[in-house]
Amino acid sequence: MAYLDHAATTPMLDEALEAYVATAREVGNASSLHASGRRARRRVEESRERVAAALGARPSEVIFTGGGTESDNLAVKGIFWARRGADARRTRVVSSAVEHHAVLDAVDWLGRHEQAEVGWLPVDGAGRLHPDALRAELAEHGDRIALVTAMWANNEVGTVQRIAELAAAAAEHGVPFHTDAIQAVGQVPVDFAASGVAALTVTGHKLGGPVGIGALVLARDVAAVPLLHGGGQERDVRSGTLDAAGIVAFAVSVEAAVKGQLEYTARVAALRDDLVERVRQAVPEVVFNGDPTDRLPGNAHFSFPGCEGDALLLLLDAQGIACSTGSACSAGVAQPSHVLLAMGADDDRARSSLRFSLGHSSTAEDVDALIAALPAAVDRARRAAALRTPR
Amino acid sequence: MRVLAAMSGGVDSAVAAARAVEAGHDVTGVHLALARNPQTYRTGARGCCTLEDSRDARRAADVLGIPFYVWDMADRFHADVVDDFVAEYAAGRTPNPCLRCNEKIKFAAVLDRAVALGFDAVVTGHHARLGPDGLLRRSVDEAKDQSYVLAVLTREQLDRSIFPLGDSTKAQVRQEAAGRGLAVADKPDSHDICFIADGDTRGFLAQRLGEAPGDVVDATTGAVVGRHGGAYAYTVGQRRGLHLDRPASDGRPRYVLSITPKTNTVTVGPAEALEVATVRATRPVWTVGPRPDGPIECEVQLRAHGVVVPAAVTVDGDTLHADLRQPVRGVAAGQAIVAYRPDPAGDIVLGSATITA
Repeated sequence: MAYLDHAATTPMLDEALEAYVATAREVGNASSLHASGRRARRRVEESRERVAAALGARPSEVIFTGGGTESDNLAVKGIFWARRGADARRTRVVSSAVEHHAVLDAVDWLGRHEQAEVGWLPVDGAGRLHPDALRAELAEHGDRIALVTAMWANNEVGTVQRIAELAAAAAEHGVPFHTDAIQAVGQVPVDFAASGVAALTVTGHKLGGPVGIGALVLARDVAAVPLLHGGGQERDVRSGTLDAAGIVAFAVSVEAAVKGQLEYTARVAALRDDLVERVRQAVPEVVFNGDPTDRLPGNAHFSFPGCEGDALLLLLDAQGIACSTGSACSAGVAQPSHVLLAMGADDDRARSSLRFSLGHSSTAEDVDALIAALPAAVDRARRAAALRTPR
Repeated sequence: MRVLAAMSGGVDSAVAAARAVEAGHDVTGVHLALARNPQTYRTGARGCCTLEDSRDARRAADVLGIPFYVWDMADRFHADVVDDFVAEYAAGRTPNPCLRCNEKIKFAAVLDRAVALGFDAVVTGHHARLGPDGLLRRSVDEAKDQSYVLAVLTREQLDRSIFPLGDSTKAQVRQEAAGRGLAVADKPDSHDICFIADGDTRGFLAQRLGEAPGDVVDATTGAVVGRHGGAYAYTVGQRRGLHLDRPASDGRPRYVLSITPKTNTVTVGPAEALEVATVRATRPVWTVGPRPDGPIECEVQLRAHGVVVPAAVTVDGDTLHADLRQPVRGVAAGQAIVAYRPDPAGDIVLGSATITA
């Protein structure tokens, strides 16, 4: 079994799992006043400090959430509502065409239900955002923009954006900038304060922590209207009993991922480069998608001309190789990736794509297994796709 | 063998897949997404096109421990089945969309794709027997027998098909599903037409073909006895919903005898005028062996779950001719005539053709 889908989720680190189990064995609600509560609170607050330190933020800026989707929704909707509440003219949201659905659909929802205007920033053929496009957007609409949201690194094609430059442009106009850094933390250097962003999404299960725990790092001076109302546990921005075990394991994984990032990047990028080179040799017509240099170390994304990604996935799965078409499903039916379409790919190229993503547990054998299975799979997928020619 | 199990989300296809696994095949489950917009199709547990059905199929596949994928066949299904369905009604015929789906989708588009991807056969939950002798026979459960809608399959298609349920009754299949821990064990049967959400075929056709008022004419007197909103809404043999202005002179019920799209006329008459002693059909498919030269004595069935009568069938080029040994009422163009050879081990499908007159 070759697991080449670390961008979907990556195995938990042993130390994170151990920390989880140890904490989960202890009783205690971090909001309780007695000894058990104090112990849980101490674990949570220590974890908050560790996450903050790893990400270049202050502890009070770390808001624990139920994961990346919640953090993205809280940032996009919460900051929009707060900014519009403070200044009714600020009804515009600026985002990019290649965001994850957690941002894309939240922005789209604001457009459909909150009368938000949406400015979509284009990307180039490598999936890169250009700061000039954002500057033009800010120059034209700056006083009406509630927030800008753009991902640090793309989950499908792996392109890493120049976030600091984009955030600086927004800051010049006093517009808060949110970034979904789910794919970036532990893969590339991420420093909240140095980047100049106002809000940053991070999640546990992409970096060796548990599923269902994440954080929104939110600068102290940026207000967000809560999505979840209740006990107000997290700065009154997020309610819900704190998941002490999840938070502790999350902190362990964030710390480990950030601390090991340089070594990780060198090792995984070398494996990835080997994978890319050998895929190119095995299937010479392959198209390599995304930025060739500014990209996530574990990401290899290809279009296989004349194939359908779906068929390739099925065939590789049957050979014990796990990968992804990288695109969202609608009713279980794969849709052409909005990311590739935004990069100028046509429908066929978008549908012919596969993502192989490496991670901390990847080995050279995983790459060998893929290369052994790929040519036959491509051959068969081509035959299947040929049947689809219009009648 | 490497086989592809078509899984609708119903109990039959789930048990069929389970039996294929048990027979030692390397089974992959596939749910066919046939609706362009799933919400527009049937909701609840009646059909085979909802998101819930897709989830039921996936759940069953997970219980069986087999890979599961959704294949998007919506465009093909629309062109080959739904559009064809509407066009056939517009032409005054009465199509059978399940049969068309088997012919064009399940055992064509899906099977071809499966073969291209390296599968040896397709497994479905149809109630029919297909043994090692390669003969297609009726299910042991006569009430659930689906050999009629499979009779359009060619030898090549049948050679790559597996129907694991033919030796079981529906009750046995449900019991087995429960025993295997499949949650769909007591899911209601699907019926009617999967792409007509509310079962209102007339409304579905009216929406697509529009109102087309015309005359209802009495075959005996030639008199106009009523008006209709669209001839496509009628099928030969239909008695209900004729909305005739005047009762027949003899006071007996009248039935639709024929539909003439050219003049947009529906002709009605007494029951005995429905009786047909000969049937002509086109595009014969011969399941067993080479196409016969001379007339063959067999039994024929003229619609799904219809009566079965003895007949002499001759095939001449693209035309099939059947002399029925006893007259049959309500034979509609567009339906299939399926020829069977009676057999103690289950009646054998010989072939089929599309009724033209």
